[in-house]
Amino acid sequence: MSIATQTFDAIIVGGGGAGMRASIELAQSGLNVAVISKVFPTRSHTVAAQGGINAALGNTDGYDDWRWHMYDTVLGSDFMGDQDAIEYMCKEAPQTIYELEHMGLPFSRNPDGKIYQRAFGGATRNYGEEQARRTCCAADRTGHAMLHALYQKNLAVKTKFFNEWYAVDLVRTAQGIAGVIAICIETGEVVFLKSRATVLATGGAGCIFQSTTNAHINTGDGFGMVLRAGLPLQDMEFWQFHPTGIYGAGVLVTEGSRGEGGYLLNKNGERYMERYAPHLKDLACRDIVSRSSIIEIREGRGCGPKGDHVLLKLDHLGEAVINERLPGIRDLAITFAGVDPVKDPIPVVPTCHYIMGGIPTDIHGRVLTVQNGADQIVEGLYAAGECACVSVHGANRLGANSLLDLVVFGRSAGKHIQTAVREGLSQLEPMQADIDAALARLNRWNEASSGESVDEIRKTLQKIMQDDFGVFRTADNMQQGFVKLEALRERLSHAAIKDKSPHFNTSRIEALELDNLMASAIATATLAHKRQESRGAHARYDFTERDDNNWLKHLVYFADGRIDSRAINMAPNEVQPITLRARD
Amino acid sequence: MRFSIYRYTPGKDTKPYMQEFNVDIAAHNCNMLLDVLLVIKETLDDSLTLRRSCREGVCGSDGMNINGKNGLACVTHLSGLKEPVVIRPLPGLPVIRDLVVDMRQFYQQFERVQPWLQNTDTAPTKERLQSPEDRAKLDGLYECILCACCSTACPSFWWNPDKFIGPAGLLQATRFLVDSRDTETSARLAQLGDAFSVYRCHGIMNCVDVCPKGLNPTQAIDKIKHMLIAEGV
Ligand SMILES: Cc1cc2nc3c(=O)[nH]c(=O)nc-3n(C[C@H](O)[C@H](O)[C@H](O)COP(=O)(O)OP(=O)(O)OC[C@H]3O[C@@H](n4cnc5c(N)ncnc54)[C@H](O)[C@@H]3O)c2cc1C
Ligand code: SF4
Ligand code: SF4
Ligand code: FES
Repeated sequence: MSIATQTFDAIIVGGGGAGMRASIELAQSGLNVAVISKVFPTRSHTVAAQGGINAALGNTDGYDDWRWHMYDTVLGSDFMGDQDAIEYMCKEAPQTIYELEHMGLPFSRNPDGKIYQRAFGGATRNYGEEQARRTCCAADRTGHAMLHALYQKNLAVKTKFFNEWYAVDLVRTAQGIAGVIAICIETGEVVFLKSRATVLATGGAGCIFQSTTNAHINTGDGFGMVLRAGLPLQDMEFWQFHPTGIYGAGVLVTEGSRGEGGYLLNKNGERYMERYAPHLKDLACRDIVSRSSIIEIREGRGCGPKGDHVLLKLDHLGEAVINERLPGIRDLAITFAGVDPVKDPIPVVPTCHYIMGGIPTDIHGRVLTVQNGADQIVEGLYAAGECACVSVHGANRLGANSLLDLVVFGRSAGKHIQTAVREGLSQLEPMQADIDAALARLNRWNEASSGESVDEIRKTLQKIMQDDFGVFRTADNMQQGFVKLEALRERLSHAAIKDKSPHFNTSRIEALELDNLMASAIATATLAHKRQESRGAHARYDFTERDDNNWLKHLVYFADGRIDSRAINMAPNEVQPITLRARD
Repeated sequence: MRFSIYRYTPGKDTKPYMQEFNVDIAAHNCNMLLDVLLVIKETLDDSLTLRRSCREGVCGSDGMNINGKNGLACVTHLSGLKEPVVIRPLPGLPVIRDLVVDMRQFYQQFERVQPWLQNTDTAPTKERLQSPEDRAKLDGLYECILCACCSTACPSFWWNPDKFIGPAGLLQATRFLVDSRDTETSARLAQLGDAFSVYRCHGIMNCVDVCPKGLNPTQAIDKIKHMLIAEGV
């Protein structure tokens, strides 16, 4: 069977912040580039980011230094972040922010007309001395403002978009990646998008958990795609739980609300973070705050009839500050918690938020695999954004460093592809068997006529992850969870969808997404069980300490169950390495 | 709770019809309309088709007509709805399937206003300065989520979707007209002075009434009209 084919210099899978920053770079340079996105680009989940984006501009503090930003990021990562990549990101940060401003992003402003910067968790001046104000924002709608500005810029430079197209699988040849198989959601048409460079910018996978701040579309599609192409995922045990998801709804309340002066209370009205982190208090790193909240709840000091959440107090900020700096939060709290934060505290609970791990890349976005203990670049494949693992976040991401990661590494991937294409990056030619392999999954779902429903399996998966791979983990729970997941994977291989219409078939898309949720969950479960220590967001009851002798390394997981490791980069180019020490 | 939902699948249905569903909203822990639609899709009929993503009113995917009024399912509380809740696709745009409409015309009108910052001066090495007062002029404009609730509630847009830019597009036009960093105000206004682009708005205010983000396209359109007059276009 021959398949309709369209050819490009570069295909970007994902129209979120990372994908659209990469595409600007490429479209501007005159390359033939297309972005494919399963939702209209401004509906990508970057739109939901609230609090802001970090860069050492020093606008609010008067002076700041990217080296301090780097220090905070390394410490925040619990030393799992690669120091060369962190150095690159923090150094490039101011320039990327100015570029966004020039594109039109409506940043909030200081009286002198410069970009306003607020306080955020883990941000310090002078290597840990005092709280820094480093987070640029557009009120509490920074992601919305950024995503729309990027889309607008893409319209200006005439990027080609395939909107509401779904990427099914990578087409892999013996040498590398030749493009991607995609399906038009509206018509059901299947096309081979052939390209010299394919960029995965598919975002996170928060939907593997029952309670999450992520959107329904965050299903780890890029993770599934690389695993099925025989490539590894790295650091998938490190999931960030955000301290302030709205209780019952999962919707996020930005850390910026604590940055503006809000704080957490237990049922006795005690500001408990003063006890756990006397120095940074409510603005300690997220892993620390989330664990503290869970301990409060477990020890019987949680709020509400079930004692299963805590409270975020904002009313003391006053209505004017809340309306100017946190207007979106006020709306969300009224809609989803039924409380007006101007008067009452918001019920919140630690909620799955962000995956630090992902597809291993270098700072140019080139995807890496591991062979015989050595890194190897995968020809024709790049990744950027939340689905990538450069790694700048290590074991725990600092708030407002993800939006930065998107634009810094989206841009660097774009730049690298430009050079590579100019220097003759070749188009790999797949054999029919390679294309058939990439179509196999789609064909299976199209052909299966009867079987269990997809929704039941997805719900069960989310429950297992929530129960057995949450904020605190133990070998026993994880072992049980893993066995349940394996059984569920078997059930998934016999599941079927009833709806076979070619027209806007969302059932089929959800089935394809479930394959990816399963792959992401198993990768997480495998590496979480393997890592016998507590570091950053990975906290174990049975191994409570960080163990640098045995575990100071990235773990990588392949779909066949193989686990390998990669060294953490401790050799930045311009500054002295930041040496191991305990955190707050 | 009872729901009556517009159904149409091309190739299968010769014409659209309304289908009744009864959902035990307490048993399924549903607070918002979107929760119910997903329960129906998951447990009763997997072919029910709608767009959704963020489930918090910020992505603009799930605009639909709810008991006669456009809104986002994800931020519509069930408690405020009369039964049976009648749910239809956004009016005035071609239906692709069930609650999914073809938004091409809507996006085309958005693109017509050249919705990107234009500044012909050389960019400074740092940010362009903007006073908090000038920045405040963008409030109420930049927050648009392109959900199309407004434009598909506007009779002028129904009649002339190819010529009248509609409330969403015009709100965006205003967002760039009033941005102190944009230098192309005159050129932008010159594009808007014809009889249709702006002047088809008759101030019926349906758009203001339905905007889930509380934005005011009518006011934005008035602003453009004033600027057009001042500019003598
Ligand atoms: C509620 C919330 C608030 C946040 N606030 C902040 C903050 O204040 N600061 C900060 O730094 N970070 C924040 N984060 C984190 C940050 O927003 C995300 O990590 C980031 O936006 C992810 O961007 P992305 O471009 O990688 O992916 P997304 O924006 O998720 O985009 C993914 C894209 O891939 C496409 N896609 C996926 N799979 C497929 C497929 N199979 N086929 C076709 N297209 C596909 C989607 O359509 C989408 O366009 C927040 C996260 C959440 C959830
Ligand atoms: S005020 Fe203008 S734009 Fe709004 S609904 Fe009425 S005619 Fe349409
Ligand atoms: S103005 Fe309001 S209703 Fe119209 S598209 Fe924007 S957010 Fe939606
Ligand atoms: S699902 Fe995003 S606005 Fe409703």
